Amino acid sequence: MGHEQKYVDKKYEVVGTRFNRPDGIDKVTGKARYGADASAPGQLVGRVLRSPHAHAQIVKINTAKAEKLPGVKSIVTSADLPDLTGGDQGLADILENCMARGRALYDGHAIAAVAAVDEQTAAQALKLIEVKYKKLPHVTDVDEAMSESAPVIHDRIFTRGVEPKPSKPSNVAARTQMGYGDVDAGFAEADVIVEKTYKTEHTHQGYIEPHACLASVNPDGSAELWVTTQGHFVFRNVCASLLGLDIAKLKVTSSEIGGGFGGKTHVWGEPVALALSRKANRPVKMVMGRDEVFRGTGPTSSTSIDVKMGAKKDGTITAAVAEMRYQGGAFPGNWAMLACMTAFACYDIKNNKSVGWDVVVNRPKVAAYRAPSAPMAAFAVESTIDLLAKEVGISPIDMRLKNVAREGTQAPYGPTYGPIGIEHTLKAVKDHPHMRAKLKKNQGRGVACGFWFNIGGQTCTDLNISVDGTVNLTLGTVDVGGSRSSMAMIAAEELGIPYDQVRANIADTTSLGHNDMTEGSRGTFSSGMATIFAARDAISVLKQRAAQMWGVPEEDVIWENGQAIAVGEGHGNLPALTLQEIAAKSGRTGGPIAGHNEVVADGAGMGFASHICDVEVDPETGRSSIVRYTVVQDAGKAINPDYVEGQFQGGATQGIGWALNEEYIYGDDGCLQNPGFLDYRIPVCSDLPFIDTQILEVPNPLHPYGVRGVGETSIVPPLAAVGNAIANATGVRMTHAPMSPPRVLAAIDAQENAG
Amino acid sequence: MRYATPASAKEAAGLLSKEKGAAFLLAGGTDLLVKLKMGMVEPDLVVDIKRIPKIDEIQTSAKGFTIGAAVSGAVIGEHKGLRAAWPGVVEAANLIGSDQIQGRATLAGNLCNASPAADSVPAMIVAGAKAVIVGPNKKRTVPVEKVVEGPGKTCLTKGEVIEAIVLPKPEPRTGDAYMRFIPRTEMDIAVVGVAISLKLERGVVKKAKVALGAVAPTAVVVPAAARALVGSKLDDASLEKLAAACSAACNPIDDKRGTVEYRTRVAGVLAKRAAKLAFQRAGGAL
Repeated sequence: MGHEQKYVDKKYEVVGTRFNRPDGIDKVTGKARYGADASAPGQLVGRVLRSPHAHAQIVKINTAKAEKLPGVKSIVTSADLPDLTGGDQGLADILENCMARGRALYDGHAIAAVAAVDEQTAAQALKLIEVKYKKLPHVTDVDEAMSESAPVIHDRIFTRGVEPKPSKPSNVAARTQMGYGDVDAGFAEADVIVEKTYKTEHTHQGYIEPHACLASVNPDGSAELWVTTQGHFVFRNVCASLLGLDIAKLKVTSSEIGGGFGGKTHVWGEPVALALSRKANRPVKMVMGRDEVFRGTGPTSSTSIDVKMGAKKDGTITAAVAEMRYQGGAFPGNWAMLACMTAFACYDIKNNKSVGWDVVVNRPKVAAYRAPSAPMAAFAVESTIDLLAKEVGISPIDMRLKNVAREGTQAPYGPTYGPIGIEHTLKAVKDHPHMRAKLKKNQGRGVACGFWFNIGGQTCTDLNISVDGTVNLTLGTVDVGGSRSSMAMIAAEELGIPYDQVRANIADTTSLGHNDMTEGSRGTFSSGMATIFAARDAISVLKQRAAQMWGVPEEDVIWENGQAIAVGEGHGNLPALTLQEIAAKSGRTGGPIAGHNEVVADGAGMGFASHICDVEVDPETGRSSIVRYTVVQDAGKAINPDYVEGQFQGGATQGIGWALNEEYIYGDDGCLQNPGFLDYRIPVCSDLPFIDTQILEVPNPLHPYGVRGVGETSIVPPLAAVGNAIANATGVRMTHAPMSPPRVLAAIDAQENAG
Repeated sequence: MRYATPASAKEAAGLLSKEKGAAFLLAGGTDLLVKLKMGMVEPDLVVDIKRIPKIDEIQTSAKGFTIGAAVSGAVIGEHKGLRAAWPGVVEAANLIGSDQIQGRATLAGNLCNASPAADSVPAMIVAGAKAVIVGPNKKRTVPVEKVVEGPGKTCLTKGEVIEAIVLPKPEPRTGDAYMRFIPRTEMDIAVVGVAISLKLERGVVKKAKVALGAVAPTAVVVPAAARALVGSKLDDASLEKLAAACSAACNPIDDKRGTVEYRTRVAGVLAKRAAKLAFQRAGGAL
């Protein structure tokens, strides 16, 4: 059934108000079941043996002693995960990342796995597995990996996107270029040119819940997987492909999720747990330790970025060039390409060029992290814009407003923008009381902007009306940030009933059609759209049943405020039928009443934000404290403002952590030295002020309510906002994130020594 | 793994000394349980001292305070007498871990863990604290600065247990302070720690003791830093001398938590700040 996707301005009853989330009580009381909270009769404990080397040939794995240990039920190596990927290199990389195939490619790479009757036996068995390694030269730094002298990690990688095609393999997987105009001509026009090189370090999403799953495979090829994931349908498809299972026979249930931020869009241990279960013929539960999460999963790229921008005296940016080198860990990715797409997306720059280099190094395979690749590019570009503003003598906000992208501006990656909110956020920042607040000694203020595309994708949703008039909304997009509440609100809005009459649930993979991941800030946009359409489907059934109950033509029935009203000539005296009344009679009017929708939601509205950051820098220790922080972002339409604000605050918090202290620290041996929260320093509550938020609503024309994704954009500006604030406080421009106390102190010293 | 709950420190010492396998003492458990969970230790015997009578109490006498080995940071933080007498020791003890950890963590445990970065150790040293050590056959009292011999290494011999930490009653016009540098605001390990106690006479520093943490294999007492303060009213010149002496006494390592250069520099910065705070606590006017 076709439904109207276009935005229609209307007054809302439920949408835009604030309700508690349906999963709230379970989470607050500890009853919620996360990845590690499932168990099955006869389950075994799965544990993974990981490489202690950054790069090594696996000469031999001897599992004989471990197999003889009483209580050990299965041991798997790559031999138990034969390559069924049929030439799909992306899938083959995932398989190799789950279990090393002949070579350990990074410290923490899985080498073998054990399933045993208990934790102690499994741990003991790991110690009994003998692995003979031959160490190979390694490289962990992105710039070093690109040099001629670097050890080549994969001899199958020949740089894509360069002409002529290279004759030698290298660590550079791809070159991407985007933009338009003539940058040379643009620089010739410029009165001022600023050029700078930046570096950002490897950071992890830092979700508190480690990866965990419970896998059970039967000899008949049917299987079940309980897992903490951002997308159980995608996990199902990937696991089925890697293990040679039929997709419909693998039932995947998503648990409650204790944070993902992109890190739970990728499979790690799940195929291994399934392989262990298949071999042992018993359920296997596998829960990662924190060190495994850091060493084996998740991180985003570390980067090295050159930016050159030129402007006229009036502030018009005439040309911009970015050359961005992103490492994707031990396997090629498209991370630098995403950087090219986002780097200059907030601005209307006549001549712009972004070049991205995707590089492999001996580090864990990079995963998506909240607006993946955009924060690092924004750090470089937004820092450079502040430098440029200073050179031409315009305030950082006016400089940005002067060059801001608007409806009709061509995005650097091709399309022309529709209505977008970047200018609105900048104006709101300019008018915000935060901008006029007085700064104290050693304090400084910075502003930065950010962009993220947001996506739509495949969604499938069911809505079932019970005989008492309460409604089950069945969703397939994992609830990462409160979407069950938002979806229930949308269903209530459409049906015209109170919020607490709707219960939203996330279904397993056997109960709904395919749903894409909860990623790309797509959950509320796409599932929201499918929920609207499913509800409208149900309303047409409700109207038809009411017509039947009345004995009037269907076209004479309208739906208003949760009830059917007969409007045709001569039906004027019929009392309205409520949803409850129609539902109560459904058994006699044609059976259960339901609505359903499957959709490929196109037209995700782009997300833009501007942030204000006040920082206080201790000039004697280089320590920076965030004293005030404000997020202004365009949400299109905030369904549940509580959770929109939560997304703004969460993204800002993660960005601040990245800006100040978070980084993977590698030793000369290429091994990770800080795989734990003690020394991988995410912010604690007392590190941050209350993060103030302002929601703007520039409707997305391609969503019935005007919704845009809101989950990711908020992590894009903070690195630069903090850097700009530090520059304002100290006069020192930081070009290396995190801007940790030793780095800031060294920069202050260098400035003082320079006189 | 066996678990024992002796009724006296002497009994605990006996159990530990007789054990042939790997034996560990459990008080707050904030180090032991982490090591157990991470697979860093595999005990055959765990001896829990928390059931020993009075081991979780603070005794006050004319001579000072006796803090039982199982007294938690939270209890120390709520003890008015201790807070008034040795605020630097109390603040050092209270900096360790989170609120939850504070409910368990102990001074004796912090000392026995023998981390170079232990927060309470420099503070205890400058306050003149002593450890009461009970062995299977004898009891001895050792100044805190003599207990730690290297990272993870103490002077305790097999079977010996710290029963209590003893703090003297401070002389009149004494002030102490402990400051540490961490990149976060809490739940972190000191990159540098500085403890200072000083006694004033007519507004001038008469006696001082300075100890540094996290800049050498053990906490270091810095007599030159103390000498820089004695005789001064904390004028800029004496503070600069203090900072220089502290930086000179550093023998740190480069690691994931800080560089040699940074630790050395910040030791001096914190020393000046801690000296001012101790001075004010002693009743001095800046």
